[in-house]
Amino acid sequence: MRLKRFAPLLGFVLLAGLLYKGLSIDPTALPAARVGQPFPSFAQLELTSGREITEQSLSPGPALVNVWATWCYSCRVEHPYLLALAARGVPIFGLNYKDDSVKAREWLLQLGDPYRLNVADEQGLVGLDLGVYGAPETYVIGADGHIKHRHVGILDEGVFDRDFVKWFPDMGVSGSVGAEGGDS
Amino acid sequence: MIPELGHVALIIAFCLAVGLALIPMWGSMHRDVTAMNLAPTLAVAVALFAAVAFALLAVSFLQDDFTVAVVAANSNSLLPPIFKFSALWGNHEGSLLLWVLILSGWMTAVALFSRGLPLLMVARVLSVMGMIAVGFLAFSLLTSNPFERLLPNTPLDGNDLNPLLQDPGLIIHPPLLYMGYVGLSVPFAFAIAALLGGRLDASWARWSRPWTNVAWGFLSLGIMLGSWWAYYELGWGGWWFWDPVENASFMPWLMGAALVHSLAVTEKRGVFRSWTVLLAIFAFSLSLLGTFLVRSGVLTSVHAFAADPERGLFILIFLALVVGGSLLLYALRAPAVASRVVYSAVSRESLLMANNLVFTVATVVVLLGTLFPLVMDAFSLGKYSVGPPYFNAVFVPLMALVMPFMTVGPLSRWRDDTAARWLHELLVPGIAIVAIAVSLGFLGKEGFNLWIALAVLLAGWVALGVVKDAWRRLANPGGSLRWRSLTPSFMGMAVAHIGFAGVVLGAVVVTQQNVERDLRMAVGDQQELGGYRFEMVSVGQQAGPNYLADQAVFAVTRDGQPVATLIPEKRRYFASGQIMTEAAIDASIWRDLYIALGEPIGEDAWAVRLQYKPMVRWLWLGALMIGLGALLTVADRRYRTQVQRRDAPVVGVAGVAP
Repeated sequence: MRLKRFAPLLGFVLLAGLLYKGLSIDPTALPAARVGQPFPSFAQLELTSGREITEQSLSPGPALVNVWATWCYSCRVEHPYLLALAARGVPIFGLNYKDDSVKAREWLLQLGDPYRLNVADEQGLVGLDLGVYGAPETYVIGADGHIKHRHVGILDEGVFDRDFVKWFPDMGVSGSVGAEGGDS
Repeated sequence: MIPELGHVALIIAFCLAVGLALIPMWGSMHRDVTAMNLAPTLAVAVALFAAVAFALLAVSFLQDDFTVAVVAANSNSLLPPIFKFSALWGNHEGSLLLWVLILSGWMTAVALFSRGLPLLMVARVLSVMGMIAVGFLAFSLLTSNPFERLLPNTPLDGNDLNPLLQDPGLIIHPPLLYMGYVGLSVPFAFAIAALLGGRLDASWARWSRPWTNVAWGFLSLGIMLGSWWAYYELGWGGWWFWDPVENASFMPWLMGAALVHSLAVTEKRGVFRSWTVLLAIFAFSLSLLGTFLVRSGVLTSVHAFAADPERGLFILIFLALVVGGSLLLYALRAPAVASRVVYSAVSRESLLMANNLVFTVATVVVLLGTLFPLVMDAFSLGKYSVGPPYFNAVFVPLMALVMPFMTVGPLSRWRDDTAARWLHELLVPGIAIVAIAVSLGFLGKEGFNLWIALAVLLAGWVALGVVKDAWRRLANPGGSLRWRSLTPSFMGMAVAHIGFAGVVLGAVVVTQQNVERDLRMAVGDQQELGGYRFEMVSVGQQAGPNYLADQAVFAVTRDGQPVATLIPEKRRYFASGQIMTEAAIDASIWRDLYIALGEPIGEDAWAVRLQYKPMVRWLWLGALMIGLGALLTVADRRYRTQVQRRDAPVVGVAGVAP
C-alpha cells in the first residue's frame, strides 16, 4: 500500500531521464544521408503556374530549396528573411510540403513570393524521398544538382552567414551586427 | 561601474538566500527560535538585494550602456525609453533576473502577511522558498549572468529589441505571467512545510489557499495577455497556437485550477489531503518544467530562439532536486491513514473530485502532446510535431465534460446529497437553457450550428448555476435580501465561473463563425465581409521613432453608416531591418474587424487580409474575469481573521509536530 505513494516519484524519474536524453539531442542535427547525392527525381505540378516540373527545373545551382507549408508557424517567422535573400539575388526554390495548394497560393499572395518556382508536394512524396522531417527545412543544391547542405529549422541571418554563405560567395556576408536572435 | 555593483548585489542576494535556505530550516529541526526568527528578515534582505540588482540593470538599459552584453543584444539608442526598460526582460538573462525579483517579492509578502502563523510554519515555508531562490540565483550567476560586459569590443549601438516585443502588451505580460508562475512556489512551500511537519490538516490548507488563489489569478491574467498580444501583434488574428511555450504556462494553470478547488475541500472537509499536496507539488513542478522547456531549447518553438544545452542541464538538475526531493518527501511522509471523514457518491466532494480528475487528465494530455516529439526523438523514431488537431480533439471534450459539474458543484451539499434534490433545483432552468441554446444555434447564417448550440448550452448552464447559487444565498423568508451572504469568496467564484463560460462561448463562436479573406486591394477598391463594407481610401508612409511604416487607410461602413477608420501598417525597423505587420482592429463586444497588410503588389495595390471575428473579445474578457475572480476571493474575511488569531490553539497544534 505504501508503495503506491512512490508512483509519482517513479513517474518523475522516468520524465527526468527523458528530459536528460532530450538535452543530448540537438534538435537541429539530423542525419544528412542525402548530402552529396543528387536531388531525388520527381515529376510534380508547379504551385502557381500548374505546369509539370521535374528535378531538372531546380537549376541552375547553386540554389536553395526551402521546405515550407502554411500550417507551419515557424515558416511564417522565416518568410521575411527568405524575401530578403531573394532580393539579394539568392535563387530559392520552394517545396510546398503536405499543404493545401489553394492556401499556399494565398500565402504567397499575401506575404510575398521569394521563390523562383514551387513544387506542389501535396502528398509529401518528394519530401519523403528527400528525407524531410518537417517544415521549415532548407537545402543547398550545387551547380551539379547534388545536395550540398541541409538545415533544419528557421533560416536566418546568423545561420546563413555561418553555414550557407560559402555556397554563395558573391552574396557576401551581410553587414549585420551578428544578431543572435531575440528570446522572448 | 553600475553593472559591477549590480553583479555584487546579485551575489549578496545569493549568499543571503543560502542563509535563508539553511538557518531557519536548521532552527526548525532543533527548535531554535532565534534561527527560525531570522527567516522573515533574511527573506526581506534577499528581496532588497535582488531589487538593487534589477534596478541597476534597468539603469544600464536606460543609459544605453552597450558595454553590457544583454543591453547590446536587446536594446538600441533609438528605442523609446519604456521599451528600453521592458527590453530588460525581453531576453533570457534579464527575464531570469525578473523571475528572481518576483520570487523574492513573494517571499517578502509571505514574511509580512504570515505574522499570525506559527513560527515553525513560517520558518519552514520561507526556508523552502529560499532553497528555490538559491537555485535560480545560482542559475543566473553561473550560466546567465545579466551583467556580463562586452569589452573591449563594444558595439556603437545595440541590436535592438525584437520588434515583436516592442509592444505595450509585452511590457506587462511577462511580469504578470511570472507573478503566477513563481507565485505557485508559495503553495508548494506550504505543502512541503506541512509534509515536513507531518501534519496535513485543514489549517495548512486554509493558510495556503489565499496565496494559491492570488498566484493562479495572476497566471490567468498573464496567459490572457499573452493570447491577446499574439492576436493583435502577430498579425494574423490567431489567439491560441498550442505552442510548447504556451503549453508551458498552460499546464501549471490547469494544475492550479485543480489545486484551487482541491484546497477548498481540504480546508472545509479535511479530505483529499494527498490530492492537494500532490497538486501543489505538481503545479509548481510544471512551472519549473516550463522553464526548462523554454530555456533549454529541448523543444523548438517560436518563442525560444536561443537553445543552450548547458543551461538546460542546470535547470534539469535543479528540477530533479526540487521535484524529485519533494515527491520523495511525499512518498515518505504522506498521510499514512486515509482520512476518517466519509462522503457519499452524491455530494459536493464527489463533484470536486471529478473536477480534480478532469483537470489532471487535461494537464497530462497537454504534457503528452508537448513532450511527444521529444519522446519520439529520444528513441530515434523520427522527428514529429504535434499540432493543434491533437490538442483540440482531446482538450475540447475534456472542458465540455467539466462544465456540467461546475453548475451542480456549488449548489450541492457537502458529505451527502441526493440526485432528486439536484433534479428539483435544476430541472426547470435546465430545460429553459436547452431551449435557448437550440434557438440560438439557428442564428448563424448557414442554418443550425450544433457547436454553437452546445457552447451556449454549457455556458448557459454554468451561468445558471451561479445565478441560482446567488439567489439561494440572497433569498430570505423574511423578505429582504441578505446581501452580506454574498461574501468575496463567493463573488470571486461566481465571477470566475461566469468568466470561464465566457471564454468557452467566445472560443466556440469565433472558431465557428470567423470570416477571413485574403485579397489584392488597390486604392478605391471595396470589399464586403460579414455585413461590413471595407474601402481602401489611401496609402502612405509614416515614420516612427525607430521604424518606417507603410500605411493603408480603410474606411469601414455598414449600411452606408461609417463604422470605423482602420489604419494597418507594415513597419520596417531600422536597426534589425525586420519587417513587422501591425494589424488594425476595430474592437467591440460582439465582433472585431481585423485588417492586416501583406505585401505591396504593383502600383498602390496591396495583399490584404480582412477578418470578421465575432465575439472574440469574450475570450479575454472571460479570462480577465477568471483572474480577477481568483484575486477577489482574498478579500474574504476568513483569511484576514486568521492573521489576528495568532494565539494559543494554532501555535500549539503546529508546535507539537515531530
